[in-house]
Amino acid sequence: MRRLGLLALRRLAQSLPVLAIIMVGLFLLLQLAPGDTVDALMAQMGGGSAEDAARLRAAYGLDAGVAVQLGRYLLRLVSLDLGQSAIYGKPVATVIAERLAVTALFMSAALAFAFSAGLVLGVLAARRVNGWPDTLISTLGLVFYAIPSFWLGLMLIVLFSVHLGWLPPGGFESVGAGLTGFARVLDIASHLVLPTLSLALIFLAIYLRLMRASMLEVMNLDFVRTARAKGLPEGKVLWRHVLRNALLPMVTFVGLQFSTMLGGSVVVESVFSLPGLGRLAFESVVQRDLNTLLGIVLVSAVLVILVNFVVDLLYARLDPRIGGAA
Amino acid sequence: MAAAQGTPQRGGTLTVQINSEQRVLNPAIQASTGVYVMASKMVEPLVDLDAQGEPVGVLAESWESAPDGLTHSFRLRRGVTWHDGKDFTSKDVAFSAMECWKKILNYGTTLYQFLDRVETPDAHTAIFKFSRPMPQGLLLRALPDLGHVIPAHVYEGTDIRANPANTAPIGTGPFKFVQYERGQFLMAERNPNYWRGNGLPYLDRIVWRFIPDRAAGAAAIESGQVQLSPYSSLSLSDIARLSKDPRFTVSTKGNEANTAHTVMEMNLRRQELSDVRVRRALCHALDLEFFIENFLYGYAKLGTGPIPSSSAAFYVPRPAPYPFDRARAERMLDEAGFRRASRGAQRFAQPLKLLPAPWGEYTLNFATFIQQSLREIGVRVEIEARDAPGFLTGVYRDHNFDLTTGWHQYRSDPAVSTTVWFRTGSPVGAPWTNQYGYNNPEMDRVIDAAATELDAGHRKALYQDFVRIAIEDVPVHMAVEHAFISVYSKRLMSSHNTPRWASSSWADVWLAPA
Repeated sequence: MRRLGLLALRRLAQSLPVLAIIMVGLFLLLQLAPGDTVDALMAQMGGGSAEDAARLRAAYGLDAGVAVQLGRYLLRLVSLDLGQSAIYGKPVATVIAERLAVTALFMSAALAFAFSAGLVLGVLAARRVNGWPDTLISTLGLVFYAIPSFWLGLMLIVLFSVHLGWLPPGGFESVGAGLTGFARVLDIASHLVLPTLSLALIFLAIYLRLMRASMLEVMNLDFVRTARAKGLPEGKVLWRHVLRNALLPMVTFVGLQFSTMLGGSVVVESVFSLPGLGRLAFESVVQRDLNTLLGIVLVSAVLVILVNFVVDLLYARLDPRIGGAA
Repeated sequence: MAAAQGTPQRGGTLTVQINSEQRVLNPAIQASTGVYVMASKMVEPLVDLDAQGEPVGVLAESWESAPDGLTHSFRLRRGVTWHDGKDFTSKDVAFSAMECWKKILNYGTTLYQFLDRVETPDAHTAIFKFSRPMPQGLLLRALPDLGHVIPAHVYEGTDIRANPANTAPIGTGPFKFVQYERGQFLMAERNPNYWRGNGLPYLDRIVWRFIPDRAAGAAAIESGQVQLSPYSSLSLSDIARLSKDPRFTVSTKGNEANTAHTVMEMNLRRQELSDVRVRRALCHALDLEFFIENFLYGYAKLGTGPIPSSSAAFYVPRPAPYPFDRARAERMLDEAGFRRASRGAQRFAQPLKLLPAPWGEYTLNFATFIQQSLREIGVRVEIEARDAPGFLTGVYRDHNFDLTTGWHQYRSDPAVSTTVWFRTGSPVGAPWTNQYGYNNPEMDRVIDAAATELDAGHRKALYQDFVRIAIEDVPVHMAVEHAFISVYSKRLMSSHNTPRWASSSWADVWLAPA
């Protein structure tokens, strides 16, 4: 346990410079985008005088130079203050906390589904390689991989919400239904089915291809032949020897793809009007809400670092040889 | 549909689709349809428009103006209470006018620039004192948009912009604020103590759902999750499709007071465009009827000048000033000295840089259409697409454009937000103003005279001069006129019956049983 704590601390120390570079870099990059949050507000209001704009700029602290703004921001950041959101008029930390739960729930559902379904289908395909289940599964995988998630989302809505009426077309839960307890859980779950599917299918395709290839590779290794030679039943060979070794690249990929998934959630959250972090990030860009955007980037970066840390721990669990080196 | 003529029924929840969220829900500090469509059910103005488009009292019962146009008295409604139980008085009106409309509200800061003070001789009289003449007609037509009253006791002594009531409104309206979940929904419930009485309002509850994706918005209305999609919130192709569905009404009725033009603005700093003959030629090169039929699905008509045909008080019918005539456009460019050597050659040495306004399909499609149309007459156009803040900065602050499309909203009276497009003197960076270097002293004179002219007849005549000069000089081509489109379930009753219905209080709206 102590070793784990030390490892975590070391990781954190290593990531601090990375985080600092990300924050300063992004701040400067955003200065290049034409227009500021007051322009965005003007666009939303449909007009206002130059005096209005000047007053608003002063109110948002945008009348100072870039260096001063950056200095102010970093100073606040050191004291763990993410600042005030221009769009929401609330502290950025509060705004992000409200949205984080939705994204976390919906992304972990998508990840879990993509991972487990990809794993099962990959194993099935590898067992009957070049047989009809393999052809069917591989073709399906290719189709899923080729469909853009926003289009898939819209088509799922048209089919399951508009025509069949089985599932709600968007939102996080039924508004004003006053549901509590298990009924509310069910309600939220029914709202998350379609977004989870649209986000997960493309990753499912990747995992299934990966799992299939990695299973096939491991199945040809010497130790598998040995295991078969000593008379282990096929199921046991697959489960104990092949699968565990074949999982390593899958786990690596989850860590790598986590950030891609965060990106993909922007689109899916917009299509399904989910109040998540991805949509918040998109709105912050459009509205030039610098504080919120930087806050989201910070939180996302920390999340990615965390997930990759967990992935490293998983390696050690799956393959004791790696654990010793960490 | 038998219920349409039937008696109103109490109860039910109306769910409304909204594209984009606003930062505040306070119409006294932010004037935009995106605020009214939600907040005006909770917060009411002094005056609204009736079915004929005439001013009708809401929180004001009656009004009178001194002949000099400097004093306007409003007699306020008695027995009105705020949602928190306190009485509505003249003090609230004075506070809203002096602290919000005059100091913060966009367009209000211009309209009430010369409002000196609001006197409150008693709790039910508010007397507006101006230092320059204010035409009564202008004030009354502006008040529905720029005259919402918020409670002084909630806002006094606070930072108005940061007051929590800005996102949890306390008003006098038929619906009371319940809950606002950012990114999800806003909910308001029936105010049982509403001053109109008579069982009003009919609805139990209104829910506004934020659905940013337009295709998802169409799915929400088709699946019956929402019953109303106001202010052209769906894509035009979906609107055209739903118009054939017997379950829905698709119409511009009830949005007449929110008429807008899709326009082409020309930067007179560009040498070729400083020649009025060139500007006119470019206008003649646009086949707008084709554009309306094929790009806008017919939901628009030809523009005839800066004052739209829906403006009963100021519009005088006239033909579309620049009919499509490609040969004529080419001739005019030849005459202006911009000949082309051969059919494939360019008339201008450099292509024109066009920044499309990112205000939705109308302005974006129009940019493509301009590009294609001008290519036919030997004028190359390069399009540079930007998002909203980038566009506003590029056009109105940096003047880094030759052509741009735009969306000009007409707000009841030309003095509110129309003449500012043609008047000189707007500071650099002020969006939706004359930033294309247009300067005609005669135009300025007419605009200034009309703004303070008290005689309604003279005022109307002055605005005809304004329209005539605007068409002749054409720094902005008011190409296409259109009202917002509403899509709503046929269950929605007594709706869209006033010219700014979506921004009205919805007290008498009711839902027929499914």
